[in-house]
Amino acid sequence: MTLFGRLTWDAIPFNQPIPLITSLVVLAAVAAIVIWITMKGWWPYLWNEYITSTDHKRIGIMYITLALVMLVRGFADAIMMRAQQAMAIGQSQGYLPPEHYDQIFSAHGTIMIFFVAMPFVIGFMNFVVPLQLGVRDVAFPTMNNASFWLTASGALLVNLSLFLGEFARTGWLAFPPLSEKAFSPGVGVDYYLVALQISGVGTVLTAVNFVTTILKTRAPGMSYLRMPVFCWTALASNLLILAAFPVLTVSLALLMLDRYLGFHFFTNDGGGNSMLYMNLIWVWGHPEVYILVLPAFGIYSEVAATFSGKPLFGYRSMVFATLAICIISFCVWLHHFFTMGAGADVNAVFGIASMIIGVPTGVKIYNWLFTMYGGRVRFTVPMYYLIGFMLTFVIGGLTGVLLAIPPVDFIVHNSLFLVAHFHQVIIGGVVFALMAGYTYWFPKAFGFTLDERLGKAVFWCWFIGFHLAFMPLYVLGFWGATRRMQHIPDPTWAPWLDVAFVGAAIIGLGIVLTVVQLLYSIKTRDQRRDVSGDPWDGRTLEWLTLSPPPHYNFAVLPDVHGEEAYWTRKQTAIKEEQLIPEPNYQPIEMPVNTPTGIIVAFFASLCGFAIIWYIWWLAIVGLIGAFAIFVWYAWRDEHEHIIPVEEVIANARERRRIRMEHLHTVSQST
Amino acid sequence: MSENDSERLNVAPGEPHDSMMSETVSYVVGLGLALLLTGVSFWVASTSVLWGPGIATGLIVLAIAQMGVHLVFFLHITSGPDNTNNVLALAFGVLIVFLVMIGTIWIMAHMNANMTVSPELMNLQMQH
Amino acid sequence: MTAGIEAPMVGLTHGASEDTGLGQRGPESKSIVVPYGFWLFVLSDMVLFSALFATYATLVHANDGGPTTSQLFHRDLVAVETIALLLSSFVCGLAMITAKRANMIWTQGWLVLTGLLGLVFLSIELYEFASMVAEGAPPQRSAFLSAFFTLVGCHGLHITCGLLWLGTMMAQIWAKGFQQHILRRLLCFSVFWHALDIIWVAIFTIVYLIGTLS
Repeated sequence: MTLFGRLTWDAIPFNQPIPLITSLVVLAAVAAIVIWITMKGWWPYLWNEYITSTDHKRIGIMYITLALVMLVRGFADAIMMRAQQAMAIGQSQGYLPPEHYDQIFSAHGTIMIFFVAMPFVIGFMNFVVPLQLGVRDVAFPTMNNASFWLTASGALLVNLSLFLGEFARTGWLAFPPLSEKAFSPGVGVDYYLVALQISGVGTVLTAVNFVTTILKTRAPGMSYLRMPVFCWTALASNLLILAAFPVLTVSLALLMLDRYLGFHFFTNDGGGNSMLYMNLIWVWGHPEVYILVLPAFGIYSEVAATFSGKPLFGYRSMVFATLAICIISFCVWLHHFFTMGAGADVNAVFGIASMIIGVPTGVKIYNWLFTMYGGRVRFTVPMYYLIGFMLTFVIGGLTGVLLAIPPVDFIVHNSLFLVAHFHQVIIGGVVFALMAGYTYWFPKAFGFTLDERLGKAVFWCWFIGFHLAFMPLYVLGFWGATRRMQHIPDPTWAPWLDVAFVGAAIIGLGIVLTVVQLLYSIKTRDQRRDVSGDPWDGRTLEWLTLSPPPHYNFAVLPDVHGEEAYWTRKQTAIKEEQLIPEPNYQPIEMPVNTPTGIIVAFFASLCGFAIIWYIWWLAIVGLIGAFAIFVWYAWRDEHEHIIPVEEVIANARERRRIRMEHLHTVSQST
Repeated sequence: MSENDSERLNVAPGEPHDSMMSETVSYVVGLGLALLLTGVSFWVASTSVLWGPGIATGLIVLAIAQMGVHLVFFLHITSGPDNTNNVLALAFGVLIVFLVMIGTIWIMAHMNANMTVSPELMNLQMQH
Repeated sequence: MTAGIEAPMVGLTHGASEDTGLGQRGPESKSIVVPYGFWLFVLSDMVLFSALFATYATLVHANDGGPTTSQLFHRDLVAVETIALLLSSFVCGLAMITAKRANMIWTQGWLVLTGLLGLVFLSIELYEFASMVAEGAPPQRSAFLSAFFTLVGCHGLHITCGLLWLGTMMAQIWAKGFQQHILRRLLCFSVFWHALDIIWVAIFTIVYLIGTLS
């Protein structure tokens, strides 16, 4: 037993040029950013306003930043795979050896689901839900900060595998027996397991936080059936996290016990049963899809109502559809392993349940269509994404219904058809929503809108790029092309794979343009200031407060009358040409900043790293450190600070004046 | 609506009642019932006077009853309006627990029945 | 469509009587919010245990030629464990009653007893584990034993964490007295402790009693 466990100099990929160069470039970029921030003297600002912040809006922005950075990493993996498949046809072996290619497709899936889609969605929940509910923060602000840093800790470990050791070569769900010690002795699977366990804890804490926030802390008058649809979908999504993530924790923990302590859950010998792992991981895996897509549906609902200038069609049916999906999504998991041999009766039950879940989803599509019908539709960027989503998602949903038929699944399972299907629902459903939400709520977060022209260019890149990249895969899937192939034996597939590569490249252009759009919009922000706090003529409470909102969101909690809290209030104000009478301002109690989150995450990363490399003393240090910081935090008495009433009043009067000016402009124009 | 009223419209899970007497009585009754049910469980499991095949089911029924006793007398979960949210959350949790357990057991039983490799075949695979 | 905004308001305006959404009153106080959040966490933990139970049920007969349930389990030990944990849960409830009335001596006394009974439970469990390993039935022996040690051990780990938490709580009450936020935490602890007893009911029934039926 050495001091550093199995960590040696061999862990650094000196003999593999691609990971080595990538590592150096990434390290150089990180160093450059750190130096730049230090030179500018921004560390105190970042520390006080973001890193230790308990403000849900700041935490939301950190989540989305993490997601965007990880998107670049996940996309780099994607384009490398497409390039390899376009090159390694017939005689050519391409440029990625199998062991590296296997790591790339595993990392791509893991990163895109756990560190892009999840933080992006959770970021929006953080930013939007308290504002829409008309309250000042989430139920547990400190825990919220810790949740973020635990997610970031997981992301850090996954990316560390690039420089030190390797990542899993087992696919994004690390199926045993391949992922067992006997077949994957390296650190790759351990990186995967430990990173997901740490970020999983963060996700469960987030869910506790948001379910409590939505059920227990809402503005006066905001009864259940007055909550915006995004809040409903966030509630359903977090209920699913609460119910599903413990099962993920269990499946990964059992695999860890197999690997670390020689247990026999999923091994080939000792009575182990690897099929149990598939069963457990998909108990989590299917709800996970809805954890991502339900909030996406919520974003589309907000976008549809706002830009059609109409209340959402069928609000109640939308709520019931959301809750129906929330429950049924727990009754379909077997459709991920129809071919494993459960038999006809079991397959039939889960197949039918899988088709039934399409019904509430269909209800939603009609609701958005009827919201647009007869409305005064403004074709802004979020609206482009909504329409692009409906066209794309319906096809993805239909291929899903095909796959839900067990006999069909026996033919196309594990093929590129499946790959095309789930990318179609996740990109067409989730990513489009995230881009729509990014454009929609950006002005609320930063006080200026994003450039519209570049935004539309980004949309077309995603839309065209997506269809070019994935439609050919349906064809190839029907021809028998299995997924995850490092080498393509049949030269007749080449043209389709070339088209897919071009599609991926166009998506890449879209990601580059997203960065360009952000930089250009920051540069020209003065031309696109959001003065009124309501740049889109919105209907929900986040548009009531100015952009960016003060730390405490609302000087007094808004009184909610009717379904569309802000719309009702705004129309009254426009009609009467005055704001509501000045309320009785009170001092406001807000949670103080805390470094607890980042310190806990630091110890968690330390402990995780030590476990991966068998450095047991360091793992114990990490655990003790985490417990100590926990006790230290519990011992403090100061959890809130009071914002004096004078500050609240001064701030609120200034904001009322701005809104009054805006009201006059609106009233005169109508 | 006074502060007192609003408190009564909603209580925290596990929050006991108001008077010391009724609280203590609740715990004592709970303890008594729990001990009784535990005793019955152990008796049922060891006696030979009952119908054998039904014992396992009977034990599970007794366990569920005892869980109910714990929920009502120790965790103070009631059906009153002040407890709606607590009970709804519990109902969701119970639903998921049953879906996960019954689903897994059902699926894995079918897998075991259909996919178990006979020992001879296993040996053939191991020999290559 | 503007008329449409007004119309549903009639149907959707919730009077206090039908308002299960607490809509009229605004955010709840911390004494409701904090235990509710913890309740959700406990329910999430129940789901975690349900996955472990499902695993155990799947693998219980996969003993790979090794020892079986009826060869390993001793009902008398389990009966003592069960009573210790049940009494611990009961005493924890008594501690809650005295804590609410800010009685330091009785509260600390009941909490010490809660912890001691928990320790009794934990010691018996560790003794059982140790003797099983000594008998040649460690978790590495078969899938059944892996599942058994993990399910029961996970419960034991929760008890251990609970005892650590209990010690911290006692120190806090001692140092800071019965402040609001400390009472909230104590309430959360009691919820956790009672929930672990509920899980133990499932364990002694499914693992030990059903496992040792002749």
